[in-house]
Amino acid sequence: MEDMLTYLGIESIDELFEDIPEKMRTGGLALPDAMEEREVEERIRALLAENKSFFEMPSFLPILKPHYIPPAVDEIVARQEFYTSYTPYQAEASQGMLQALFEYQSVVAELTGMEVANVSMYDSATALGEAALMAHRITGRKKILVPRAMFWHKRSVLENYARGAALEIIEIDHGEDGLMKLNFSGDDIAAIYIENPNFFGIIDRRYDELSKIKERTGALLIAGIDPLHLALFHPPSHYHADIVIGEGYLGNPMNFGGPLLGIFASKKQYLRQMPGRIIGATVDREGKRAFCMTLQTREQHIRRGKATSNICSNQALCCISFLAYVALLGSGGLRGVALQNMENAHYMAERLKEVGFEMPFDAPFFNEFVVTCPLEGKELNKRLLARGMYGGLPIDRYVAKGMLFGVTEMHTRELMDEAVETMVEVVA
Amino acid sequence: MMASHREPLLNELGKRDGEHPETDVERKKLPLPDLTEREVMKHFIHLSQMNYGIDCGFYPLGSCTMKYNMKLLERVVKNERVVQVHPLQDESTVQGCLHILHHLEQMLCEITGMDAFSLQPCAGAHGEFTGMLMTRAYFEQRGEHRTEVIVPDSAHGTNPASAKMAGFDVVEIPSKDGMVDMDALEHALSEQTAAFMLTNPNTLGIFEKDIQLIARKVREAGALLYYDGANLNAIMGKTSPGVMGFDIVHVNLHKTFGTPHGGGGPGAGPVGVREHLEEFLPVPRVVRQGEGYALDYERPRSIGKMSMFYGNFAVLLRAYAYILRKGNSLQEVSERAVVNANYLMERLRSVGYDVPFYRRRMHEFVLSLASLKKKGVRALDVAKRLLDYGFHPPTIYFPLIVEEAFMVEPTEDESRETLDSFVNAMDTIVHEDENIVRGAPHRMPVKRVNEGQAVRNAILTWKDL
Ligand SMILES: Cc1ncc(COP(=O)(O)O)c(C=O)c1O
Repeated sequence: MEDMLTYLGIESIDELFEDIPEKMRTGGLALPDAMEEREVEERIRALLAENKSFFEMPSFLPILKPHYIPPAVDEIVARQEFYTSYTPYQAEASQGMLQALFEYQSVVAELTGMEVANVSMYDSATALGEAALMAHRITGRKKILVPRAMFWHKRSVLENYARGAALEIIEIDHGEDGLMKLNFSGDDIAAIYIENPNFFGIIDRRYDELSKIKERTGALLIAGIDPLHLALFHPPSHYHADIVIGEGYLGNPMNFGGPLLGIFASKKQYLRQMPGRIIGATVDREGKRAFCMTLQTREQHIRRGKATSNICSNQALCCISFLAYVALLGSGGLRGVALQNMENAHYMAERLKEVGFEMPFDAPFFNEFVVTCPLEGKELNKRLLARGMYGGLPIDRYVAKGMLFGVTEMHTRELMDEAVETMVEVVA
Repeated sequence: MMASHREPLLNELGKRDGEHPETDVERKKLPLPDLTEREVMKHFIHLSQMNYGIDCGFYPLGSCTMKYNMKLLERVVKNERVVQVHPLQDESTVQGCLHILHHLEQMLCEITGMDAFSLQPCAGAHGEFTGMLMTRAYFEQRGEHRTEVIVPDSAHGTNPASAKMAGFDVVEIPSKDGMVDMDALEHALSEQTAAFMLTNPNTLGIFEKDIQLIARKVREAGALLYYDGANLNAIMGKTSPGVMGFDIVHVNLHKTFGTPHGGGGPGAGPVGVREHLEEFLPVPRVVRQGEGYALDYERPRSIGKMSMFYGNFAVLLRAYAYILRKGNSLQEVSERAVVNANYLMERLRSVGYDVPFYRRRMHEFVLSLASLKKKGVRALDVAKRLLDYGFHPPTIYFPLIVEEAFMVEPTEDESRETLDSFVNAMDTIVHEDENIVRGAPHRMPVKRVNEGQAVRNAILTWKDL
């Protein structure tokens, strides 16, 4: 570095920092000394020893669930050409990432039946917030109708996204079937948000009724989906959803809740109101197929305060994991995993019913379901914890003594049988 | 240097009718390709060979801080006690995660001079949005109705966009000599002003020397001072946003703290505040409880949640490893980054490139390639030509206040040899036949991509092809 200072005609590095007023110089950091790589690994491994993984403490927690990720997914996203690259502004040096992201958009479009998708929002909650703002821009209206029963974190994020535009969030109750009532009316409704499966895990098959919402109210239909569920059931295009959002967990591990992948898809007619990055196919100078980021005039780096969203860095690499997962499983594999999830969840529900848990909703479900427990959910979990396992998520705010269970292909028969036995013991 | 083959799309590789005629399943058709693992791997490896990453070479993308991503960071996150941990597990079973979050918050406080941090925002822009919502909550709490946020015209686009999303009107002020125009700022400040958003060093790489005065004026107007931490890599251990008088800060862990950019993300954009704003931070807060840690949701004045759980944990963990590895030598990171930038700037000037607002820089600088226009060559052309020489080009056309802007940030990790070879390439390009430059790139997997056509004829999925 000495020679570079000489070139600059200065004697000490300090001269380069002279613009910082003297009063504001801090003179170093009170941080520990630098560590060797080995020491960093040891330190972090030691800290993480205080965690319990799913394998050490199986649970039935919903919302984000453990899934098996084929090893090839890890290898693909570990390619430095993908993971160390920046947003593909320079198309000619980024064809690999651009094509993969174009394929991701295509896969999301196929799964959801929608015409266009962007290359991610931060997670499903921020995707919902962006969807609400988009519906407001399209309709000029202010009310967003949401199910009363939804994950409270997501609801809180939505409120934050709605604040600036002063959108009004209105809760709609569910009926005895556990599904959000659809007999609402009123004006100034920008969008109705439904989840399918919904928060209780119930599959919503009121396709005719859902299809007619727009005609009846002039509001857009935002559908919150689960990508695995779409391998078995009609996509949201089937009931004319205008915007589709969801958690793109396929290929992405739980990682204590992040990074996640906010899926965002829409009808093509609303393309110019979409938030986030979009990849398009085009040609190069010689007329050969090529890919690039497109419709950038929607985005903050061009439109600044008038952009459709402020998002810049997104969750692109999680799109690649998602794509790689879907590519490795294919349509057959995806259906297989979805069927296995559904079967396992139904097995678990049946076993719980046998031992005295009840199901408050008599409704079809996918891989999550609600039971009412013989004792408070919190207390049940506490007792299970002492036995090295964990139940589902207590949802007393919606169902007294209610617990939302999530079951996937990772929950083997043996594990479920053992869990049920343990529950019987700790309840007694 | 990059493979120049073309790779078919996934759906062109395999059969994709996805017909499943079984009667018991509602969806009969799932049109996704069915391929073998062998075919899938080959596909993605081919794609990766058509992409430029940091390990391929010099990546001096201004404002993005493309430092080398230590492989150590990739290893520490591959722990089953991260990968297989559910965010809603009982606190007693995630003490390791909570400890790491808490310690990371503390270290970010030390580096930025803030009093408290939230790690929840998923990127810089998300941190800005969080900061603006906290600004709103702060004034609502005080019963003050303030509707405007001021940003300099040199600001990144996310600044005005985030302020707008939080419901503020954006007031843009011009720069003077590449810095905040004090008169314009004073003129813009009023009892309507909620906040002034600033990067320091600014997007030209110039340290705003008048920062003390700026902070005083903003405070006198009763407004808050917001620090866009995108350029923090220039000043670690030298000064801090807290010392400079900022109230709210976001940092981009994917820039300053060495976590990979992932082809666009995920990054992380933690937000720090001074004490008077702490009660507005998102929930949950990570708090000490007895010997351990807990998640505290009982904060009545909190703005609530900004993302599903606790932010991009695996990114936060990588940044934690980065900071542990560097420790108090983070200061040397900034020193090296600043030396490299000044050296490269002087070298480029010496071969004839123009640096508007010329003066000493911090970690980055902006050239203007406007003089090449008479040859019919634009910044875009030079950028594309650099690809032929094996370099990733700098950021172009940002900041907006420089004509034909060419924004260079070498980072601390590059050797003098690398910088010199970049200068040689830049020197060669100015003297090259303009048709060669305008026709670039010539040696990439594809020739110049027609971005205009992509807009006019939007083909956004393989079905559209
Ligand atoms: C100056 C500046 N501010 C803000 C941002 C936004 O950060 P992010 O991409 O993490 O949302 C950037 C990113 O490029 C930037 O350069």
